[in-house]
Amino acid sequence: MIDILSKRYLYFLFSLFVIVPGLILLAVDGLPLSIDFTGGSLFEVTFAEGKGLDTESIISIYEEAGIDDAQVTTTETGSVQIRSSFLTNEARDEILTAMQEATGEPVTVISFDSVGPTIGAQVASRAALAVGVAALGVVIYITLAFRKVQNAFRYGVCAIIAMVHDVAVVFSIAGIGARYFDWQMDALFLTALLTVIGFSVQDKVVVFDRIRENANLLRRLEYETLVNHSIVQTLQRSINTQLMTVEFLLLSLALFGGITLQEFAVILLVGLLSGTYSSIFVAAPILVLWEKREWTTWFGRGANA
Amino acid sequence: MIRNLTNRIAIIALILAFALWVDLSNDIEILNPVNNQALFSRNVEPRLGLDLQGGLQVLLEADIPASQQVDSQAMEIARDIVQQRTDALGVNENVIQIAGDRRIVGEFPGLEDTESVLATIQQTGLLEFVDTGDYSPEEGTILNTDYSPTGEPVELPESGEVLYHTIMTGSELDAVTVGQDQLATNYVINFRLKSEGARIFGDHTSANVGKFLTIVLDKQVISSPRIESAITGGEGTITGGFTFESANAFAVQLRYGSLPVPLKIVETRIIGPTLGADSLNKSLRAGLIGMVIVAMFMILYYRLPGIVAVLSILIYAAIAFAVFKWFHFTLTLPGIAGFLLSTGAALDANILIFERMKEELRNGRNLAQAVDQGWTRAWSSIRDSNLAAIITSLILFWFGSTFGATIVKGFSLTLALGVGISLFTAIYVTRTLLVIFLQGFKPKNYDLWFGI
Repeated sequence: MIDILSKRYLYFLFSLFVIVPGLILLAVDGLPLSIDFTGGSLFEVTFAEGKGLDTESIISIYEEAGIDDAQVTTTETGSVQIRSSFLTNEARDEILTAMQEATGEPVTVISFDSVGPTIGAQVASRAALAVGVAALGVVIYITLAFRKVQNAFRYGVCAIIAMVHDVAVVFSIAGIGARYFDWQMDALFLTALLTVIGFSVQDKVVVFDRIRENANLLRRLEYETLVNHSIVQTLQRSINTQLMTVEFLLLSLALFGGITLQEFAVILLVGLLSGTYSSIFVAAPILVLWEKREWTTWFGRGANA
Repeated sequence: MIRNLTNRIAIIALILAFALWVDLSNDIEILNPVNNQALFSRNVEPRLGLDLQGGLQVLLEADIPASQQVDSQAMEIARDIVQQRTDALGVNENVIQIAGDRRIVGEFPGLEDTESVLATIQQTGLLEFVDTGDYSPEEGTILNTDYSPTGEPVELPESGEVLYHTIMTGSELDAVTVGQDQLATNYVINFRLKSEGARIFGDHTSANVGKFLTIVLDKQVISSPRIESAITGGEGTITGGFTFESANAFAVQLRYGSLPVPLKIVETRIIGPTLGADSLNKSLRAGLIGMVIVAMFMILYYRLPGIVAVLSILIYAAIAFAVFKWFHFTLTLPGIAGFLLSTGAALDANILIFERMKEELRNGRNLAQAVDQGWTRAWSSIRDSNLAAIITSLILFWFGSTFGATIVKGFSLTLALGVGISLFTAIYVTRTLLVIFLQGFKPKNYDLWFGI
């Protein structure tokens, strides 16, 4: 049988390697919160062929409407995105009319999102609450589901640590995406994050369930061997479910699914992958580490040396 | 392996037949064979979300300080009024819902003329009946009234202006119709009041015959009729040389103009129709590509059970789609993603079972035992793991509902329902189908047929 658990500190290092760079980017650049959470407006338009307006004239149109923080970007598809503070519908009409007058051609509205500042702040605080409630629900749930196992509490804590790991991975990806692909954290990002949390737990439950079953069958085995055994037994399922099914579906969404869903699909893809990874390479090793109290032996070195 | 196989097949066939019926039609109608009258009918046309067909979404919030409670009944009435007003514009399929305790979310799919809808909603329309004594202000005059939606006293206006007393608001109006006077030369407006309004109105008109009762919409005078006689029965008539058009317009203002809570637009989202269509096509194609790859993988890897799993996934898709259509769920992009993810969860349950089955076969069990063990042993982890997904979906749903974030709601709903239905197909349908296959032909070569 493959010995997975003995290299556990290598996996922890690998996780740090994935998590730390993105989080550093986030710390440096700040959270790229979208208008869903901060309030503000995002206006996307296309101009008639050859009748585009340059950034300066768009900004001056905004300034005439009394908005002086407009930022203009051009998308891959040739449309123009303008971010600014909250626009009322009157201000938007004024700007649209001004644009049409300036180009002499009709301007097509691709999308317009405008979120009031107070509602944005409330969404942000509720979002944080939702993540908190989800995490709490999970601990309670796992502790209940594993109540008949020795040290049920440890399983809950390990699931939470692994979940925090997956959340950190998602944030790290978001940080990298924000720096290099202009991603923003919006309501969809939050949806993806909560889904990752839900499926992360689902995955831990499958592995823990096998440990629970084996603990009854194979009482004489050493705990580390028992956990390793359980991981190997569920390995095929983990690989097939996560890599083959979920990732195939999400990958095709990310590749062919249009821009709107791309960011969502990529975040889910990485997050769910991390969910599977952390069941095997984070949650289970920590269970063993805890059982062996490896902090007393300088994290296994004393024992192995 | 299964005792009551015939029953199971019958149940599955019945559910599948009904699901396909719903999937393939836009209207479900059951006729009474005796007189050919419809016993039951339901429209099951699929609804596309804003992100798929373009349109407008607005979030309205009670314009009342956040520290104060908003009466939930008043919000309910305000919702009805916004619904009626926008329905009157001839917008199809608009959905107006209460979100949380102080917000209303309105969705207008497929809408291109967003300005008229926004204008209609934005005329917040607080209708007041104001006592102006001997003064009959002209139409369009701005009046200061002492009505306050929160019940707190209104501050006195700057010196020189008069604060008029509001007798009652439009929420006391029960019905407004347009009629003709006795000579049939002029149009009049007949109105009926609710019981509380009838009492207030009766008291006031009895004491003030000959004075003016001014009708004010958003502090702006729309009409200032004179009280001809006491109106005590709760029913009255407004005359004033109306034409049919002006009477009708006035009646509409009276009927729909009376918001019990002032509303302001706090969020607007407009999605152009091209973006929507593009997203729909691309995501459907992406979903299809993904599903084909997954089906191929399942069959190559799990062989006979894989074929069965793919079949049961098809049944799952038929049932899930029927449920979405039946309950009028709006199909959104994240909804499609949620559906795909729940398909993953459905497959996960089957993969857990098949892996267990293969283990049992490798341990030398016979086929019947392996099938039984596969299901029994995998059940606890399937149950526990799927419950976790459902818990998260519920939290997402709650979050989406409070903020009118229909996208989040759509995702969580399809995910939760998908996981629920997938439990049924993975446990019940796959097993039944597998047993039918195994009884039909008895595979000897486990290596070939089960890929162990």
